[in-house]
Amino acid sequence: MVIYLKNIFTDAGNVTRFTARFFKEIIRPPFEIKEFIRQCYTIGYKSLPLVGITGFIMGLVMTIQTRPTLAQFGAESWLPGMVALSLIREITPVITALICAGKIASGIGAELGSMKVTEQIDAMEVSAINPYKYLVVTRILATTLMVPLLVIFADGIGILGGYIGINIHSDVNLYRYFSQVLASLAFLDIVPPTIKTFFFGFFIGLIGCYKGFNAANGTESVGKAANSAVVAASLAIFIIDMLAVQITDLFF
Amino acid sequence: MIQEEPNIQIPNNTENSVPDITIKGLYKSFGENNPILQGVNLTVKKGENLVILGKSGSGKSITIKCLVRLVEADKGEIFVFDTDINTLGNSQLNAIRARIGFLFQNSALYDSMTVRENLSFPLKRHSKQLTTDEVDAAITEVLESVGLADAIDKMPSELSGGMRKRIGLARTLILKPEIMLYDEPTTGLDTITSREISELILAIQKKNKTTSIIITHDMACAKLTGDRIVILKDGVIDAEGTYEELEKSSDEWVRSFFI
Repeated sequence: MVIYLKNIFTDAGNVTRFTARFFKEIIRPPFEIKEFIRQCYTIGYKSLPLVGITGFIMGLVMTIQTRPTLAQFGAESWLPGMVALSLIREITPVITALICAGKIASGIGAELGSMKVTEQIDAMEVSAINPYKYLVVTRILATTLMVPLLVIFADGIGILGGYIGINIHSDVNLYRYFSQVLASLAFLDIVPPTIKTFFFGFFIGLIGCYKGFNAANGTESVGKAANSAVVAASLAIFIIDMLAVQITDLFF
Repeated sequence: MIQEEPNIQIPNNTENSVPDITIKGLYKSFGENNPILQGVNLTVKKGENLVILGKSGSGKSITIKCLVRLVEADKGEIFVFDTDINTLGNSQLNAIRARIGFLFQNSALYDSMTVRENLSFPLKRHSKQLTTDEVDAAITEVLESVGLADAIDKMPSELSGGMRKRIGLARTLILKPEIMLYDEPTTGLDTITSREISELILAIQKKNKTTSIIITHDMACAKLTGDRIVILKDGVIDAEGTYEELEKSSDEWVRSFFI
C-alpha cells in the first residue's frame, strides 16, 4: 500500500515536471514551426474522415432515437434545436475527444515509445537537439489546436446527420432546418463547450507524449505506453468534462 | 525552477598532449543493490582510439553515455575537452555535444525520415547559415565517405543492418565531430561487413584525426581499431594495454577475451 501510494505521488510529480517543462520550452526559441505544421496535418487532417463519419452517425442516430419521444408530445418541431444543443454542448466534444484519445494519444504514445526504445530520442539529445522541444512541444500544441477544430467539424457533420435523420420520416427543407438549429443556439451553448475542447486536446497530447517519452526499455513498453495513454487520456477527458460542466454551471 | 548556467569557457584542444577525455572516480548504480560503475578512472588522449572490453552488463555503454550526460553519473568527474561536463548548463553541454559523435548500437536512425533527412536534420540545426545546395553537398560528401551515395532517398526500413550502421556513422560525421563514441559498432553484422565497418572507423580516425572510444565484443574490430584496450570488470578498469600485451596477460580472465 505504501509503495502504491509512493508510486502515485512519484508519477504525479513527474507529470507536473513534464507539464512545467512544456510551458518553459514553448516560450524559448528555436520554434519548430515545420514540425508543428506537420503534426497539425497528421493529427488534424488525417483524423477528419474518422471524426466526420462518427459525427454524422451521432447526429443521425440521435435524431432517429429522439423523434418518437418528442412525437408523443407533439413536439417534433423541437427536434433540430434539441439535436444541435445536445451535440454541441456535450455529445460531440466528449465523443470526438474520446476518439482522438484512441487514435492520437495511442499513436503519439507508441511513436515516442518506439523512438525511446530504439534510442532515437537519445540520438537527438547527443546531437545537441532538444528532443522535448521537437517531439513533445509540437505534438501537444498540435493536439491543443486540432482537437477543437475536429470537434467543430464533427458538430457541423453531426447537425447535417440530424437533417438526414429527420427527413427519413418527414420532409423538412435544409433552410428551415438550419434556421431552427441556429435559432435554438445561444452564446453560452457554443463558447464554454469549445473552450473545454482545448483542454481535451492539451491533455490528449500531454498524456500521449508523457507515456511515450517515459517508456521503459524493451519493445513491450511501447505497447504499454500506447495502451496506458488511451486509458489515462480517456479518464482525463471525463474528469475535465465534469469540471467544465460544474464551472459553466457556477458562472453562467 | 530555471537554474542559472555557470559561465564556463569551453577550450579548444589543439595539442596532442592534452587528453580529450578524462574520467575520475566514476560511480553509477541503478537502484540500491545494483552498482554498475564503482570508480572508473580513464584517460583518452587526443587522436587515440581506445577500445573498451567487458562482459555484458559490465557498464561499458553506461560509461560512454555518462560522457555525453545521456546518463547522469552518481559520483565522479568527467572532463571532456578539459571541461567538467557535470557542471555545465544545457547550452554549454550542447556546445560540447555538438563536437562529439555517438554511433548507437542499433544506429538509431529516425524511422520517419529518409536518409537525406536523417543527415540534414542535425546539420541544419547546427549550421543555420548553410544554403540548401551546401547542405546537399555536405550530405553527398559524407555519404560518399561511407560508400552509400546511392541510398540518399531510401527510408531506414529499406536498409540492411550494415547500411544502417554506415548511415548512422554518416549522420554523426556530418557535424565533423572531434570525438567519436562507438557503442558496439559491429554487433549483429556478418564477418565481412564487420571488417568493413572496422576499417571505416579506422579511416575516419586517420582522415579526421578524431579521438575515439569503441565499445565492442568483436575482437577482430578491437585488434584492428584499438591503439589501446581497457577491460571493465566489477565496475572498475581491471586491465589496460595494447592488444598484444593483453593477449599475453598473466591473468587468465583477461586472456579469455582473446581466445
